Amino acid sequence: MTHIKVNVDGTAYEDDVEPRLLLAHYLRDRLGLTGTPIGCDTSNCGACTVDLDGTTVKSCSVLAVQADGGEVTTVQGLAKDGEWTALQHSFHERHGLQCGYCTPGMIMAARDLLRENPHPTSDEVRQALEGNLCRCTGYQNIVRAVLAASGQQVAEEAPA
Amino acid sequence: MIPPAFEYARPTSVDEAVRALADAGEEGKVLAGGQSLLPLLRLRLAFPELVVDVGRIPELRGVREDGDTLVIGALTTHHDVIRDPLVRRHAGLLAAATATVADPAVRHRGTLGGSLAHADPAGDLPAVVLALDGELVAAGPHGRRTIPARDFFVDYLQSALAPDELLVEVRVPKRDGWSFHYEKFHRTAQAWAIVGVAALVRRADGHIAEAHIGLTNMGATPLRATAAEEALSGADGPQAVARAAEAAAEGTRPSQDLSASPEYREHLARVLTKRAVLTATGMG
Repeated sequence: MTHIKVNVDGTAYEDDVEPRLLLAHYLRDRLGLTGTPIGCDTSNCGACTVDLDGTTVKSCSVLAVQADGGEVTTVQGLAKDGEWTALQHSFHERHGLQCGYCTPGMIMAARDLLRENPHPTSDEVRQALEGNLCRCTGYQNIVRAVLAASGQQVAEEAPA
Repeated sequence: MIPPAFEYARPTSVDEAVRALADAGEEGKVLAGGQSLLPLLRLRLAFPELVVDVGRIPELRGVREDGDTLVIGALTTHHDVIRDPLVRRHAGLLAAATATVADPAVRHRGTLGGSLAHADPAGDLPAVVLALDGELVAAGPHGRRTIPARDFFVDYLQSALAPDELLVEVRVPKRDGWSFHYEKFHRTAQAWAIVGVAALVRRADGHIAEAHIGLTNMGATPLRATAAEEALSGADGPQAVARAAEAAAEGTRPSQDLSASPEYREHLARVLTKRAVLTATGMG
């Protein structure tokens, strides 16, 4: 067992964990933060994307012990006082989801993009989301949602 | 999928890491960013008794100059390599190829040293470092040694590193003024290269003076397309480049898998070499 201290969504946690415990499993099974789903478990799909110390990671490809001393933000830590962020609102308003399974990862990856590039082109949005799969294939509205969240006008008819 | 159980060490210096690896003998495994190792562990394709997490050894991270050589710490992430001004100026091929590795979240964690030590011939960076005539510096119980890239990749997923050695830095000669392009053929954006070609070209007086061609996934190790390199020397236009690229698959032994037959890979090596060189030189 290895002792870890992690701050997750603004709450400090301390735990003894097996070194082999994946961050995704720690968040879900130990902390009950099931807002971060596990999709493929092979680092392909990006559903489990969270923020670790300021950049996105696939939490199925990080050990909990690697996050020791770190700061994790999951999709559940984005809203402040129950108020969604502009990006979350945008996914809602633009219907940037169908089944919703990929949505937490999509939002975390899009948030990472907008931090580095606040006004991306449609192509840049697609590049930034290349590690996140939507098996409903609802990409058009996801891209529109990200563009709209960046404050850009999005024509509903135009290809996103 | 849950990895097999292992002991865990988190050294804070290279010496401490090497001691831990030496103690573990054949049963130790280095964890850097984990983007190759963790999938292997989850799929139960690796069963180390000890995982040595070198992720918190600051001296392994960062890029510096050493005369005509660029020195990149093994733990420098793909994300940082892509954005590093020294890499962009002196080893643009490395920055460009690294930008095609996997996806942003993987590039945040994955490291240059990790992807080289993993020695996957389908990985993009081994062929790139080979094309750059890079050298790899390993730290072991008896000090450091420098291994040329051409001797580093021994076999499929097998590098020249001994079990008690840690890859600490990657040294590449500065290639200012050379043009370059990495041309990758893959099934989806984040998939492994079915074949990739790293082209590094020096031009003089309107023709190609010298070309280095690294091949991804054309055998058990990354390869240099030496016959094509020789044929490219002196090429003065698109047709000459196309003729030279016909030699790109000579001496390769590509594998068969669900994506491609060996013959198809040989075809891709020729086509992608032509494209890579034409794009690099602006002749296309």
